[in-house]
Amino acid sequence: MTYRDAINAALAEELERDERVFLLGEDVGLFGGAMAVTKGLYERFGERRVQDMPISESAIVGGTLGAVLTGLRPVAEIMFIDFVGVCMDQIVNQIAKVRYMLGGQVEVPLVIRTQGGGGKSYAAQHSQSLEAWFMHTPGLKVVIPSTPADAKGLLKSAIRDNNPVLFIEHKLLYNEKGEVPEGEHLVPLGQARVVREGSGLTIATYSRMVGLVQQAAEGLAAEGTEVEIVDLRTLTPLDEETMFASVRKTGRFLAVEEGHLTAGVGAELVARVTKNCFDYLDGPPERVAAQDRPIPCAPALEKATLPQVEDILTAARALVG
Amino acid sequence: MAYDTQFLLGLYRQMVLIRQFEERVKFLFLEGVMPGTIHQYQGQEAVAVGVCSALEAQDVITSTHRPHGHALAKGLSIESLMGELFGKVTGCCHGKGGSMHVGDLEKGMVPAIAIVGGGVPIATGIGLSFKLRQEPRVAVCFMGDGATNEGAFHEAVNMGAIWSLPVVYVIENNRYSASTPICQTARVERLTERAHAYGIPGVTVDGNDVLTVHEAAQVAVERARSGAGPTLLEAMTYRITGHSRRDPCLYQPEEERKQALAEEPIGRYGAWLLAEGTAEQAALDQARAEVDAEIEEAVRAAQAAPAPAPEAALEDVFA
Repeated sequence: MTYRDAINAALAEELERDERVFLLGEDVGLFGGAMAVTKGLYERFGERRVQDMPISESAIVGGTLGAVLTGLRPVAEIMFIDFVGVCMDQIVNQIAKVRYMLGGQVEVPLVIRTQGGGGKSYAAQHSQSLEAWFMHTPGLKVVIPSTPADAKGLLKSAIRDNNPVLFIEHKLLYNEKGEVPEGEHLVPLGQARVVREGSGLTIATYSRMVGLVQQAAEGLAAEGTEVEIVDLRTLTPLDEETMFASVRKTGRFLAVEEGHLTAGVGAELVARVTKNCFDYLDGPPERVAAQDRPIPCAPALEKATLPQVEDILTAARALVG
Repeated sequence: MAYDTQFLLGLYRQMVLIRQFEERVKFLFLEGVMPGTIHQYQGQEAVAVGVCSALEAQDVITSTHRPHGHALAKGLSIESLMGELFGKVTGCCHGKGGSMHVGDLEKGMVPAIAIVGGGVPIATGIGLSFKLRQEPRVAVCFMGDGATNEGAFHEAVNMGAIWSLPVVYVIENNRYSASTPICQTARVERLTERAHAYGIPGVTVDGNDVLTVHEAAQVAVERARSGAGPTLLEAMTYRITGHSRRDPCLYQPEEERKQALAEEPIGRYGAWLLAEGTAEQAALDQARAEVDAEIEEAVRAAQAAPAPAPEAALEDVFA
């Protein structure tokens, strides 16, 4: 099953299971979504459950909050994560804070699905990885799956969670295939997955970078370094313990992300690993991330900006060398 | 329209409650016993009371950074508001919201939203929810004149319009966006002219006349409840206090202020009640004495209530 179909299946199952769940977004209805993720859902569930919206992200996302406060469980789609700029107030000031400001009077079971990442020459406003912005916002959960099985299991958990969840898909993963367990499949939020075991180096990563790290690990294995890969799956809540346990075993740590280097997810991971595993580290941890510049269009330029397998290999070799 | 005396006196009492509450709170702030900042409602009482008196208990309102009047008009208790303003555990948000975020879902008030225009999409979503669930409930979105220049206003009112959602968008035009007169930031004379752009009715009324506001709100609320869609209702009023705690309001011209004070809603309505023979001066005085006593009791209770334990700061981030 593809990553796209896995997400579609999760949405269909949750729409089927819970009357209160409904989808809203731009072109999610008959058209089936800009990334074709919601195909067939409009026909199956009708326009009351699958709602096409005007190009009004602030009203879409703010509308989910209104719907939540009166008992529904909306799942909104923001076509590209780059568009969150126009609804940031609703996400960061309203949705993430409403429960806290009210002293716990309400639960906020809503999901904002979106997709990010580069690799398709979509240039500076359609290729970003902005997850770090939301990791920096208390009150939001941030879920970012790398496989079809996780995409399905995590999305179903996100829809059932009583907190606001930003669910970030990756545009280059939609056609990736993988095994997805039959029947009810839930992956709990806040539980990392050890993708590959090894004793020479820990690499923590997520989303599309998991695949690149796996390729790098093959190369490193041939050179005699066994890499342990931790797929974080959710950035908030963050499963530190799985990461720390791995570092205590390997003594070396590399964070790999597609977002920008400065103040990125890797910066946070390295700070936590350094603080908690200091006595186990054989050397300073390292990060691989996108270069600190807007993402360019031309394939050669984009490639030079986003992390590549070669960048991971270079950083890993320096760590174990 | 004929109203019964109880109802008419009730409106008076509600407006006086808001005015006296705000005046008491102003002095408590000046004494330095309340934390944070404060945006007060003196002069605009007829809007909150006129609109909320047209609602049913199950209807829901969203509010702004100037929410005390809306909260009292929607039925939040004086104690829970005063407690919140003092940052005490007895407050409606257990001290976490403060003046700018008071609310109580049980009473149909979403926590006040202190980002200008931020409540318009949320009220629209509430209306969407009522429509999807086929519940005969109405959402009212209170906003100031300044909010109509925010992008979120346009997005959300348009969305409410295209789906005929049960929402009433209430603009409290107090003529100033903080210190800037609205005539400097909008070319239209009436902000309801913007309603034409969304294909919905726009009604501008004297927002200092509580019965006029009530009647206009009733029409809009009925329209919303019947499934005919939203209304943009503009209530022309005046803020006879500063924008916030530190604002001495020097930008309001003296003549204009004098005029506004002569037209402030409580004096006008009280005089009307007397002239109509609906009430004696003694009844009006008694209403005021009663609310003053209730407010004093709430102040005493709030001052005596415990502050939240520091550990409580960690609670309620996630469910």
